[in-house]
Amino acid sequence: MIRVVLPQHLRTLALVDGEVRLDVGGVVSVRSVLDALESRYPMLQGTIRDHVTLRRRAFLRFFACQEDISHEPPDAALPDAVARGEEPLLVIGAIAGG
Amino acid sequence: MSRARVLVGTRKGAFVLTSDGKRKHWNVSGPHFAGWEIYHVKGSQADPNRLYASQTSGWFGQLIQRSDDGGKTWAPVDNKFVYDGVPGTHQWYDGTAHPWEFKRVWHLEPSLTDPDTVYAGVEDAALFKTTDGGSSWSELSGLREHGSGPRWQPGAGGMCLHTIVLDPSDPNRIFIAISAAGAFRTDDGGKSWRPINRGLISQYIPDPNADVGHCVHRIAMHPARPGVLFMQKHWDVMRSDDAGDSWREVSGNLPTDFGFVIDVHAHEPETIYVVPIKSDSEHYPPDGKLRVYRSRSGGNEWEALTNGLPQQDCYVNVLRDAMAVDRLDQCGIYFGTTGGQVYASSDAGDSWAPIVRDLPAVLSVEVQTLS
Repeated sequence: MIRVVLPQHLRTLALVDGEVRLDVGGVVSVRSVLDALESRYPMLQGTIRDHVTLRRRAFLRFFACQEDISHEPPDAALPDAVARGEEPLLVIGAIAGG
Repeated sequence: MSRARVLVGTRKGAFVLTSDGKRKHWNVSGPHFAGWEIYHVKGSQADPNRLYASQTSGWFGQLIQRSDDGGKTWAPVDNKFVYDGVPGTHQWYDGTAHPWEFKRVWHLEPSLTDPDTVYAGVEDAALFKTTDGGSSWSELSGLREHGSGPRWQPGAGGMCLHTIVLDPSDPNRIFIAISAAGAFRTDDGGKSWRPINRGLISQYIPDPNADVGHCVHRIAMHPARPGVLFMQKHWDVMRSDDAGDSWREVSGNLPTDFGFVIDVHAHEPETIYVVPIKSDSEHYPPDGKLRVYRSRSGGNEWEALTNGLPQQDCYVNVLRDAMAVDRLDQCGIYFGTTGGQVYASSDAGDSWAPIVRDLPAVLSVEVQTLS
């Protein structure tokens, strides 16, 4: 079971409290986790990555195991601790704006 | 007895204000979508309980929300706005070619007859349409592909399609306006478009009389006279009596003819309202006095309406979608400010009072007249 922590605004949008837990088949990567997330919560489509290009939105970052993995290829395997559900994948909003 | 429901979009959420026909006491509900920018909220004339809201964020992009119960509850609908084909380029601020990129929805205009049909004006400028209540959106690409698109350029707020006016006498006729391309009209339901900017003079573009490139801020129409249009341009208040084929200036005795909003009295097609703003580099009222100006002659002769509005030290702005009128017997006029006040007049502008005064900066105001 993969654990995902969303920013507060996206938790509100998806009507979830706390972490999201997802079943992800195959290689556990940013892409496969987001595919599973958007499949379960369709209202999140377009809010983390672009609908068409699937590029990460500029003011969001992906953290895992205390590392910024935002610039890793989307199909790169996430750390084992994330794949085992010991650590969450964090979707972080930039600390910016008013 | 009729009632009024005011839909307010702000920098940090949406608010719904309701009152009976006297419009003295208001109930405020919100913030809905707290923390998000709400560019516009508008209800369907065909089903007043059907509302649509444009919810946007620099972090999370664009959402469209829909309510089927007059704003009590909301649910997100489709937020996929994808241009047809390869969208090409428009002019960037420095004159270079810049690819078309979707940023946000500025304005939602529900059909006059079908609550499931809505037009969306977006940045970078294009017009989208849904016919299934927001479950899917498709572009009316004849506008963007009109041929002048590569010459369109953004205004200071972005290259936004911000005004959509539907002709109640002809479902195939739509007027739109883009900053800074100008006004356009379709007579075939959105398949083909032509610029309607003859008579506009803009000294800030290389050819002041160009067919496109004008920074139109807002267009208003009285539904009983769809061939008469009123425009607040970047500078100049304009009028057309031939559905936009030609325009003439009606700024008359205004203290400044820069501004954003313009609207028409619900029962008097020749009575119009603007809020003059000092200049394009000083976005606040002249002399620190917040004044609505009313013309009862369709322009040129204007009177200042000040009763109940701050007349000193007032430096707010009134943005382009932030004025509306109700259709009660005594026409109500409403406008919102960047200072978070929504002012209302229940006597066609003779006197004003804030109906809420400490909201986030107001981006849009719409009014529904409910029976």
